[in-house]
Amino acid sequence: MARVESDLGKPQNSLIRWIDERFPLLETIRSHATEYYAAKNFNVWYVFGVLSLVVLIIQLVTGIFLTMNYKPSSDEAFASVEYIMRDVDWGWLIRYMHSTGASFFFIVVYLHMFRAMLYGSYKKPRELVWIIGMMIFFVLMAEAFAGYLLPWGQMSYWGAQVIISLFGAIPFIGEALVEYIKGDYSISDITLNRFFALHVIALPLALIALVFVHIVALHHVGSNNPDGIEIKDYKGPDGVPLDGVAFHPYHTTKDLVAIIVFLLIFSSVVFFAPDMGGYFLEHANFEPANTLVTPEHIAPVWYFTPYYAILRAVPNKLWGAILMGAAVLLPLFLPWLDRSRVRSIRYRGWIYRTSLGLFVISFFALGWLGVQPAEALYVTLARVFSVVYFAFFLLMPYYTTIDKTRPVPERVVYHA
Amino acid sequence: MLRIFGAFATLAFLASGSAVYAASGDVELESAGNDAGNIASLQRGARNFMNYCAGCHSAKYVRYKSIAKDLGLTEEQVIENLMFNAEKTFETIESSMPMDAAARWFGQPPPDMSLMARARGTDYIFSFLKGFYLDSDSPTGVDNLHLPGTGMPHVLWELQGYQRAIFEEPGGSAGTGSDPVFSHFENVSSGVLSPEDYDAFVRDTVNFLEYISEPVRATRRVLGVWVLMYLIVFLIIATMLKNQIWKDVA
Repeated sequence: MARVESDLGKPQNSLIRWIDERFPLLETIRSHATEYYAAKNFNVWYVFGVLSLVVLIIQLVTGIFLTMNYKPSSDEAFASVEYIMRDVDWGWLIRYMHSTGASFFFIVVYLHMFRAMLYGSYKKPRELVWIIGMMIFFVLMAEAFAGYLLPWGQMSYWGAQVIISLFGAIPFIGEALVEYIKGDYSISDITLNRFFALHVIALPLALIALVFVHIVALHHVGSNNPDGIEIKDYKGPDGVPLDGVAFHPYHTTKDLVAIIVFLLIFSSVVFFAPDMGGYFLEHANFEPANTLVTPEHIAPVWYFTPYYAILRAVPNKLWGAILMGAAVLLPLFLPWLDRSRVRSIRYRGWIYRTSLGLFVISFFALGWLGVQPAEALYVTLARVFSVVYFAFFLLMPYYTTIDKTRPVPERVVYHA
Repeated sequence: MLRIFGAFATLAFLASGSAVYAASGDVELESAGNDAGNIASLQRGARNFMNYCAGCHSAKYVRYKSIAKDLGLTEEQVIENLMFNAEKTFETIESSMPMDAAARWFGQPPPDMSLMARARGTDYIFSFLKGFYLDSDSPTGVDNLHLPGTGMPHVLWELQGYQRAIFEEPGGSAGTGSDPVFSHFENVSSGVLSPEDYDAFVRDTVNFLEYISEPVRATRRVLGVWVLMYLIVFLIIATMLKNQIWKDVA
């Protein structure tokens, strides 16, 4: 009978059935969870995507509660943060989760990006996934920068002063642009208000939209894996990739373990070392912004220091700003800079492995140098590592072409 | 002194433009060695702070009520022994001094102490309170080794007495500049406290300052242990679930 036949595969529950007739509920769940297949050989590098999502949610939720008690005014901002820390019920926990979350956001995002570099996840057909991801990274940097002004401490104020002034190096329009960004002749209450607006609505909105598109694009092309081969090339008679397992329940239960391990580390910082020795919460930021007294040593928060070191390594302000911008932008072009025939580092030759190793060393070294005073030896070192950083990207079309790759297996390597 | 920050002469604000900050890192700091878990020390520190510091220095984010709660005191004890210029225990610690007048008298108003321990560190405050020495050029008669040119008088002179700072020319190979280097303090007149008792007095005070800089510190550490234990249990269950689900995957 036609009616019975058409009922096949439809939900038994009447409410779900009612919804499903009006919204593609089950279809969405199937295509993105229970019938979304990802390789079974994911290793630990594959948890940082979901962890980024976890941190995003932590930031959004704690951010909402902070906004309920924070006052975006130069007269009240600093005091309102202390009010949250001392007088608001659980305010200290919300604030520490948010400040720790900011640093952890960059930790997991940097590791997530590095995973893509290890296994060539940005290569065809995942170029757009990578580009959208890089856009998320840019918005995240802006979000973190805007958020850092809000506590209105000494480092909030002077850090913003340094970075905003960089736009002044642009010929002709520079000075006017700086004024336009600040909304005033100096960083003031007006600047604080607009940064608040950007931080709590404009940029988070962009972030959420981009994250959504990032996942849609990923699920369209399918996830890469540590062997860098297409699991869709080998399907069983049921059309399911032989080396794939369903996102739910396989990867979700695996991710749950990763999320708890992450929360253990995250909570250790929140409850036992929220300052992280002055790296997550800078000491100078416990003094209210003072427009007349410059801190002895201005350093951005750790996650910006590699780029800051590049900025300082260049003796010319304009070129320093340009190279810093280039350092941030360059990874965007990885899908076209990388000419290797294989994706995964497992099957690449020693040239790429060495280059990637040098890149990692230069990134860490620049990060360390970014918090040191700009004295002779440190500046020289920053120049050396800046050259290594840029060489990794700019010479990539060459060295990935000549690098000897090893044969790629047909099926993923997996040990149960 | 305005040091040029690398080649960024145009970013002049990057340089240290303030004498207040300039020399703070030059002299080695003494370790405060305070124990935030020592409630008796915190109580003594609260007494010291309210009697010797709070006349000038506010702690405007700190409520008397929370001091009572955290330091194991009754509100009556706090009202009788610590509250000198406040009416209700929910009030915060305010300075009795008009700040604009204080700015004229001392060059700048005495800073608020709520967050000083987090901003500068306990070792710094400990060393600072032990670092006053006689200086006839200064309007207050003293200077401080760790904050040269400070406007703060040696408030604790009755307790510590006065000392002289001995500076030496940098000798031989070690010397790179011609500025004299601090060597040691010499006692000029003794105070009512012995050096050991003065150290203990300052240590208690610093301990209290560290407490008010983050009153929730003790709470978060206790709570943190419970959170981690909960997560470990959760981790065991989640791992078992994952293994159960994955056991068919070959």
